[in-house]
Amino acid sequence: MTSSLDIFLNAISTGVVLGSIYASIALGLAITFGILHIPNVAHPALVIVGAYFVYLVGQWGISPIPAALIGLPVFYVLGMALYSFYSRTFERKGQANVLQSLTLFFGLSLVIEIAIALFFGSELKSVDADYVGSSLILGPITMPYRLLVPALFAPIMISALWLYFNRTHSGTAIRAVAHDDRALSISGINPTWIKRHAFGIATATAVVGGAALIIMGPVEPFAGRFQIGRVFAIVVLAGMGSIPGTLVVAIMIGIAESFVSAYLTPSWSPGVAFAILLLALGLRPQGLFGAAR
Amino acid sequence: MTTRRQFNKLAAMGTLGLAAPAILSSKAFAADKPIKIGASVSLTGPLASTRAGEIGYQLWRDDVNAAGGLLGRKVEFVIYDDQSSASNVPAIYSKLVDVDKVDVLISPYGANLSAPLMPFIKQRNLFMVGMFALAGNDRARSNKYFHACPWGPDSMLGWARGFFDIAKSINAKRIAIINSDLEFSSSAAQGGAQVAKEYGMEVVMNQSYPPNTSDFSAILRNINNVAPDAVFVCSYPADSAAIIRGVKEIGINDSVQIFGGSMIGPQYGSLLGSLGEDLNGLVNITTFVPEPTLQSPGIESFFKRYTPIAIEQKLDPLGFYIPPFYYVAGQIIEAGVKGSESVDIEKMAQYLHANPIDTIVGKVAFNDIGDWTKRRTLMIQIQNVKGNDINQFREPGKQVILDPAELKSGNLITPYNAARKAS
Amino acid sequence: MKRNNLIFALGAILILLAGFFAPSIVTNPFYFFAGYVIVQYIVIATGWNVLGGYAGYINFGAAAFFGSGVYLSAFLFNAFGLPLWVGIIGAAALGAILGLAMGYLTLQIQGVYFAIATLGLVIVLETIVHNLPGLGGARGMAVYGPAPPEWSGGPVQYVFFVILIIAVACVALARWIEHSWVGRGLRAVRASEDAAECSGVPTLKLKLVACSISGAMLAAAGAPYPFYTNFVEPVTAFSLLIGLNAIAMPLIGGTRSWAGPIIGAIILASAQQIATVTISSELNILFVGVVLIAFVALAPNGLLGLAKRKSAGTAQ
Repeated sequence: MTSSLDIFLNAISTGVVLGSIYASIALGLAITFGILHIPNVAHPALVIVGAYFVYLVGQWGISPIPAALIGLPVFYVLGMALYSFYSRTFERKGQANVLQSLTLFFGLSLVIEIAIALFFGSELKSVDADYVGSSLILGPITMPYRLLVPALFAPIMISALWLYFNRTHSGTAIRAVAHDDRALSISGINPTWIKRHAFGIATATAVVGGAALIIMGPVEPFAGRFQIGRVFAIVVLAGMGSIPGTLVVAIMIGIAESFVSAYLTPSWSPGVAFAILLLALGLRPQGLFGAAR
Repeated sequence: MTTRRQFNKLAAMGTLGLAAPAILSSKAFAADKPIKIGASVSLTGPLASTRAGEIGYQLWRDDVNAAGGLLGRKVEFVIYDDQSSASNVPAIYSKLVDVDKVDVLISPYGANLSAPLMPFIKQRNLFMVGMFALAGNDRARSNKYFHACPWGPDSMLGWARGFFDIAKSINAKRIAIINSDLEFSSSAAQGGAQVAKEYGMEVVMNQSYPPNTSDFSAILRNINNVAPDAVFVCSYPADSAAIIRGVKEIGINDSVQIFGGSMIGPQYGSLLGSLGEDLNGLVNITTFVPEPTLQSPGIESFFKRYTPIAIEQKLDPLGFYIPPFYYVAGQIIEAGVKGSESVDIEKMAQYLHANPIDTIVGKVAFNDIGDWTKRRTLMIQIQNVKGNDINQFREPGKQVILDPAELKSGNLITPYNAARKAS
Repeated sequence: MKRNNLIFALGAILILLAGFFAPSIVTNPFYFFAGYVIVQYIVIATGWNVLGGYAGYINFGAAAFFGSGVYLSAFLFNAFGLPLWVGIIGAAALGAILGLAMGYLTLQIQGVYFAIATLGLVIVLETIVHNLPGLGGARGMAVYGPAPPEWSGGPVQYVFFVILIIAVACVALARWIEHSWVGRGLRAVRASEDAAECSGVPTLKLKLVACSISGAMLAAAGAPYPFYTNFVEPVTAFSLLIGLNAIAMPLIGGTRSWAGPIIGAIILASAQQIATVTISSELNILFVGVVLIAFVALAPNGLLGLAKRKSAGTAQ
């Protein structure tokens, strides 16, 4: 017989873990949208591509985590190519307006989904790993490894990125280009090169997010659609440009959803992320961690 | 700013372009006109996993044409992709009926996609075979609608009944019901609750969850907390997988005798393969398994030809759940045409209501609203699965039939925890 | 100016007459089924453009208003037997109220944030509708409408004429807004909200007006839908595709004028309808995606923008 303390503790731990997985999916968007102000609606679709990449590599016997690492350079290059396409499309006008960017990336996400469906078929695909199926038991808390292992990806990525953005030259340049790219070019750095580099990094995180998803459960080509809303909510709520904020907010949302599931009915949990977002935006429009505008 | 004149010109050209075929088209009369069957299949979208059924249509069409066609006329299918969206269905079926001039219709997959068509076929007096639409004709009550699926009459309750019959036979009193918040699973859960009440059982938990839930720890813990005797689960493939994994990770109360019931997913090759041994002990609904009590030359021939095509097209390699019934849909039309010796839908419908027909899944008779007179859904228990090779599921003994009694091929192992370990 | 108004009014009457007599000329019902979807999107694109094109506030949540209109209309008919006309007016009213509420909630937000908040509205509303008893939930609600009137020629011809009337009304309203002080104010907001505020333009009031009218039109577009499909369920009523088309169609046609959404809707919706019954496979969606990307790359101000550039070029 589980006590109410047990349910409470498990609800929190499940929420933390789920939130961390959401964060790994949202991270790339936090970079492109938060730092570069490019509304890359296609990011969830790219995460699904990442998941399928991990699946594909897994067919040759490579387990998900090494597969994701192999994918990092591949997706980095892919991200750079995407940015080149984006900047070439809008080069004539300089800055794309919101409507055009949104439509472009929506179109892109459709093309990506169909490409996956054509190449892999529409059946669910999953991966196997040794740790899937067993759980970590810490007192009253039972935590499946299937959730725990992917949950570690986000904190690791975020720490790495934080170090990169704050301690390295090129990382600082990325932060600078978000604030004022003209000033950056005056100091001798090509802003387009920096932005392309940042987009590459953001897309590289997609393969890690995809690995997290496919370890958690099977995926199908159109699975990205269910993540779009949540991922955007997380990024906006965190406040533009705050990478660590992404993790905190994602965990908050994970816990909120988990509590609604455990104590109310699960049917209401899809609305949770957005209800929180709408409320928060009403009270604090710059997000919880963003700089005041 | 565009002038009114420019806009008018554009509009006029556009209208003419759209209207021209309607005004200019004429019906061409050809001597040996083929018999056309119109249908939509979900090639894309959330229901895209059902598209393997199209192979059933193709195999039936090829068989019939190889044998000389129907009444000497070739059979052709006209198929469109409905993208799993109900809003595309009215226009597609109007095209089938009004432009392509098909002779008979087959519905899209499932109740949600078929529902827009029910008033349409009644108002226009059309003949339609229904694919996997639970209680599809209960409201419209068309007399020219025939299910190709084995639910039987009163399908909302009938679907779930096998599970509860087994529950009754082991004296289960406390039932927990969980369902995904989608059409099929909601209907099944509601039907289950009603049957439980009818059998005097107590529903101690009745919870629905949103369709893309990936983690069931909270729900499973709640289930363990109420210690039910049976857990009736109505889920779709992704959540079925998550639930079964969750059971393995979190554990389930020893009180649970039978678990499962209405889980979609464990019938598909991909999930059977990836979940493998974790599926042992599951009591679940299905429509076909390769058990000796069900085999026949017809169904064996079907699978022999289905499997290589499915593998090549990257579709469900086992194809137990849906594809045979797409073949049966064709056979229903075939029986109607041959039996009434015409393509007159009044005569076809009359014949089908009055006579049982032979199909690859056995003899079928219809009631006045096209349900099968006898429920033929199977309740099976998955047993003796080892490892992840899906080919083991082609052998008997892995999915033993518990219900209906005349097709029984094995014995139930309870409680669920024991059945999970036994192999 | 007055002459243009007269021409427009004449054109509108002609279109309505054409719609009324269409069933006698076009005997094949299929064109009404396909045509319904196209005209429905004219309404959606026009409604979206009032807020998105005129004021520059990109609304991701067109589906929220559309779905609300669908469900209110279906509910009013199923529960109270109220006729379609009441459903349309009710839906418009509901859309206006929702638009007002959205406007208030997003008072301080601009740009892409606003877009995201509107996306949230879709999900929240869909969740609410999903869970309200009496609306059918996931299993949807069947709507067996009344027999259509004698003169209409059939159920689908009737709803087609209804949505045509709604379209003409909405386009007329959008045109009026564009030429009135409201339109001028919205253009100022679109160009620079701060500058507009400083010059005394009542930006808040205008935003709220635009939100309400846009919401009312989008919801009105959904009101006849239950009588078209005879069935409503949350996934298609609040579908992502509606929101996507609502954005793409004005983009393709041009956002600055009332004619742009019409052109974009006719082009994109017709293309989708044709693709559904010809290509009819995954390539359908691929096609839509490629069309979107192509238009953004080649005609970022829509076809009207392209036409304007060409005529400006030759005028030299």
